[in-house]
Amino acid sequence: MVSWVVDESGLAMNQRRKFLHRLRNLLTVGFAAGTGSALADTTKSQGAPLREYGSRSRFETIKRWITPARWPTSTASWTPLGELEGIITPSALHYERHHGGVPDIDPASHRLLVHGLVERELLFSMADLKRFPSMHRICFLECSGNGYPEWQKAVGANVQQTHGLTSCSDWAGVTLKDVLNEAGVLSEASWVVAEGADGAAMTRSVPLEKCLQDVILAYGQNGEALRPEQGYPLRLLVPGFEGSISVKWLRRLKVTDTPYYTREETSKYTDLMPDGRAREFSFVMEAKSVITAPSAGQVLYQPGFHEISGIAWSGRGRVKRVEVSVDNGESWREARLHGPVLPICHTRFTLPWEWDGSEVTIASRCHDETGYVQPTRTALQAVRGKHSFYHFNAIQNWRIDSQGRVHNV
Amino acid sequence: MFEQGLAGLHAGIIFWCLSSTPVAAQPLGLGTSASADFVAQWDIAIGPRGEELPPGQGSAAEGQRLYVQRCAMCHGITGREGPDPVLVGGQGSLTTQRPLLTIGSFWRYATTLYDYIYRAMPFNAPGSLEPDEVYALAAYLLNANGVIDRTTVLDRETLPAIVMPNRDQFYPDPRPDVGAQPGS
Repeated sequence: MVSWVVDESGLAMNQRRKFLHRLRNLLTVGFAAGTGSALADTTKSQGAPLREYGSRSRFETIKRWITPARWPTSTASWTPLGELEGIITPSALHYERHHGGVPDIDPASHRLLVHGLVERELLFSMADLKRFPSMHRICFLECSGNGYPEWQKAVGANVQQTHGLTSCSDWAGVTLKDVLNEAGVLSEASWVVAEGADGAAMTRSVPLEKCLQDVILAYGQNGEALRPEQGYPLRLLVPGFEGSISVKWLRRLKVTDTPYYTREETSKYTDLMPDGRAREFSFVMEAKSVITAPSAGQVLYQPGFHEISGIAWSGRGRVKRVEVSVDNGESWREARLHGPVLPICHTRFTLPWEWDGSEVTIASRCHDETGYVQPTRTALQAVRGKHSFYHFNAIQNWRIDSQGRVHNV
Repeated sequence: MFEQGLAGLHAGIIFWCLSSTPVAAQPLGLGTSASADFVAQWDIAIGPRGEELPPGQGSAAEGQRLYVQRCAMCHGITGREGPDPVLVGGQGSLTTQRPLLTIGSFWRYATTLYDYIYRAMPFNAPGSLEPDEVYALAAYLLNANGVIDRTTVLDRETLPAIVMPNRDQFYPDPRPDVGAQPGS
């Protein structure tokens, strides 16, 4: 959310001067609502009483954008990245992708079954799970379909529609390693099949190696319990992997010696290549970045100073650096990374910029700590063709026209 | 003696390697034992070997009747019309400008078909089909895709034995595959 401050003269202004047109809007509202004075004065009466569970100001209206679909329980909602600050996505704005709606689960009656190639087949209540050593981690979760409409050409009207299937939260829970250890994984095991308690009984196979490395059984999100639409009361959280493998409403983990080739890892979430073959188990979300301001749909209402701001992330580790071009890709400048720069986490970057009022294309490019560099759309198409769907992570170009309007190109 | 000792050492190393992977810490004593009955009741995931497939059977003729009643409203009268995912056809299309990914043209294992229908279909009543019905629907859809003939009876033995047309056309993720380098 854009943060506002009131300076000594009583003028509201954008602390970071990113959306100056908003200032104009606010002043307009101030004049219209004033009773004799130019700006509203809230110091002459008592404000609202305290409340036990907060909500945002009535003047804040940003919301998720839901992909129109035949079935309202099997679609996606996209995070409004263009209006967010920092790196944490408010829980109420975390993207969603459900395959069978959001179940209404009483945690007292929820159980997690761990079985298969284990010494002891065990059933855990939520209370049982919360007795394991706790941990938390800030990391992003990105749907592998993030940006799918952009494979062939630029189509999204704004950054919410081009990149909004990534969100970043502080996830809390216990390590899957500890829970698997409780059951005693047998030596022939190599995969864990995870199943949700939703209307799709969503099921994915996770490599055991990853499960023992950094997978979380999460019950907390941004300091409180998971939201129902994020898997309440329990979800898998597989850092760096495509979002659909982080099974929500987790009810079962079956330890196996093979992936189960579920519908969601064969018919869907595989990558068809131009030669007719398909890649499977393409888990990692590769490095990506996007300028969130200015971005498509926004307007720079006058030339002069503007801060370019955006987010970068990589499923393979830390963002090492982000470059920004403000001259149609002819040259690249290093952006400032705002800490904390955490592995597998959104990283905020900024670059101060003087816009001279002429038409220009701006873009960002992410380098991660493995040396991987975010590719162009052309480079992706050259390898994967134009009919790929998942794992689109190309450089995003925004064109600013001479009127200051920003377009997806 | 020396050779025996060496053999014992080898055995010890091998045992140590096996027992130290993948996890080693002592259990905390949390959770409760799950009974075999309970596990059997919950264990609906069908792996590629089909070991979890329940008793029951069905063929395309019975499946066609069920398909019309329970599936056609979303997937079309022959499985080719939609509006929800097209289930039939598409073989030979994967290298064209209009690849059509269906059960017949794309899916790797017939067990996936049983697994998915049983857990998630029909969309308006997931989990409502009996094993005989799922076998029959799987048979109908596989027959419609030319994978089995119309009289084939599917059960826990015959279903996993089916070799899907596209089974060998998948390969593991080779990324990073795009050699983008920073501009000079």
